[in-house]
Amino acid sequence: MKIGEMIAPRAAFGDALVELGGKDQEVVVFDSDVGTSTQTARFKGAYPDRFYQVGIAEQNMVAMAAGMSTLGFRPWVSTFAVFLAKRAADQVRVSIAYPKLNVKLNGAYGGIPTGKAGATHQSVEDIAVMRCMPHMTVVCPGDAYETEQAVYEANKFVGPLYLRTVRCPVPIIFDKNHLFEIGRAYTLHEGNQVTIISTGMMTPKALRAALELEKDGIKARLIHMPTIKPMDEEAIVKASKETGQIITIENHSRLGGLGGAVAEVLSEHAPCKLHRLGFPDCFGESGDNEAIFSKFGVNTECIISKAKEMIKC
Amino acid sequence: MPGCNNNSRLSAEEVQELKQICRYVRKMIINTVADAGCGHTGGSLSEVEILVGLYFRIMNIDPHNPSWQERDRFVLSKGHASPGYYSVLANRGYFYEGKLADFNAIDSMLQGHPCMVKTPGVDMSTGSLGQGLSAGIGMCLGRDKRGLDFKVYVLMGDGELQEGQIWEAAMYAGFHKLSGLIGIVDYNKVQLAGTVVETLDLEPLADKWKAFGWKVLECDGHDIGEVVDTIQKAKRMSESGPVVVIAKTIKGKGVSFMEGKFQWHAKAPSESERKLALEEIDSCVE
Repeated sequence: MKIGEMIAPRAAFGDALVELGGKDQEVVVFDSDVGTSTQTARFKGAYPDRFYQVGIAEQNMVAMAAGMSTLGFRPWVSTFAVFLAKRAADQVRVSIAYPKLNVKLNGAYGGIPTGKAGATHQSVEDIAVMRCMPHMTVVCPGDAYETEQAVYEANKFVGPLYLRTVRCPVPIIFDKNHLFEIGRAYTLHEGNQVTIISTGMMTPKALRAALELEKDGIKARLIHMPTIKPMDEEAIVKASKETGQIITIENHSRLGGLGGAVAEVLSEHAPCKLHRLGFPDCFGESGDNEAIFSKFGVNTECIISKAKEMIKC
Repeated sequence: MPGCNNNSRLSAEEVQELKQICRYVRKMIINTVADAGCGHTGGSLSEVEILVGLYFRIMNIDPHNPSWQERDRFVLSKGHASPGYYSVLANRGYFYEGKLADFNAIDSMLQGHPCMVKTPGVDMSTGSLGQGLSAGIGMCLGRDKRGLDFKVYVLMGDGELQEGQIWEAAMYAGFHKLSGLIGIVDYNKVQLAGTVVETLDLEPLADKWKAFGWKVLECDGHDIGEVVDTIQKAKRMSESGPVVVIAKTIKGKGVSFMEGKFQWHAKAPSESERKLALEEIDSCVE
């Protein structure tokens, strides 16, 4: 993977899982007939005896994985985020989170990019749902490179963990100098006039915004937040105190996700001006990904104009 | 082996012994819910013979080593019937009987619904209906991958069978002819707010399970000899695929003023009702 190369995080996830399966015999994978989309089909090809096809039955799949984990296996459950975090939310909650079982949950097709499938398949609430579940760790990597690292870290981590991946190709922004750790924020660009906090596939867009702003003489700090829970509160408080204003951006609803989590930290520890970019309280729609991001104000240009507006005020 | 895994039919003496345990468990249930002032009385009383048969006769277990890897597994999918479950676990030696007095109290290891992290002997956390059979299937998959040989027993409520997930799980186990999985239905005909027939009838229940690829056995769920024989038979039959035992029971069994009444689904007896109930259970000695 080279910086700037376009690679879909789901593909990196599928490959990483295969590699992981070769090293860790305790890894088993559960699929509900979407493996060719989520890319767990690659694992099936490599280790068919450790791949469980449950059919289109997400609730059964999640609780089955819970049962199997009690024998010491490390099940990875993968399906569309929209179904995993909502249709099977109660199974995740009662059968996995409550007994703190060691099951990894991959919410694929996170957010808007779903191949024009529209609102029914666009998961704009999964981070919010998973984040408020006790015992749950929530990870949302920024590119394919970090996704690969996150798969390894998640597998080492003991307990329930939700790993969000996206369908569309995303520019690679990380290389071997990046070491993903659960719970850590990464400052990708220094600045003292405003802070942009981004997660998932919005980080490459935010990085471009920070570089564009620099050309215009605006020093924007960029914090990449690949772990939504537990959140690196220190980085947020520091940003508030040092830059005085914050913009968050996410491929998710403005309610309850990254923006919500940052607002909670700020209001309690270091209040400052905050603007949340993300999906408004409405359903998505079919269309080109970028057209949808543009329509709902979730892209590089929106960060730039919002940052300029905040600095002028 | 510390378990009591016996395939032979029960002697008259053994039947008497198990009946006595059942009576004792029923009194523990009454006292537990009466002390707590809350709890699911009706469905606890209906499952007594099933649980006593499993824990005192059928299952290969070691109460002193609840996490023994080769033990048989049990999932109380109808998790609300915890007073019955806890009474049997305490009786079997998983924990001190006096703990039952803390049922549902703050900081108690005995939660309203079973918690595998807090209570020794509980193999799976349950409480939201419909999830236990899936978890049991997962245990079977793990067992087979580990090359172990234990059985997995899942006790479901009849009202619980209205949950769609049960049938997702049933379809999976039937299609894969999953061995060593024994489902048991506590068919007490009454759910939270009414009878099963008037709420959403399950019949033809045996045919439903058969259509999903399960073998079906039926028994009188309050005849301890028949319960043990039937589950033992199910265990043997489960070598070639999943088996379900439909145990015909009575909600509130053993206390006449509770029997068959949905009002006792989740109600605790008052002091006078406790006294009456205990007296009636005691008077049943044959």
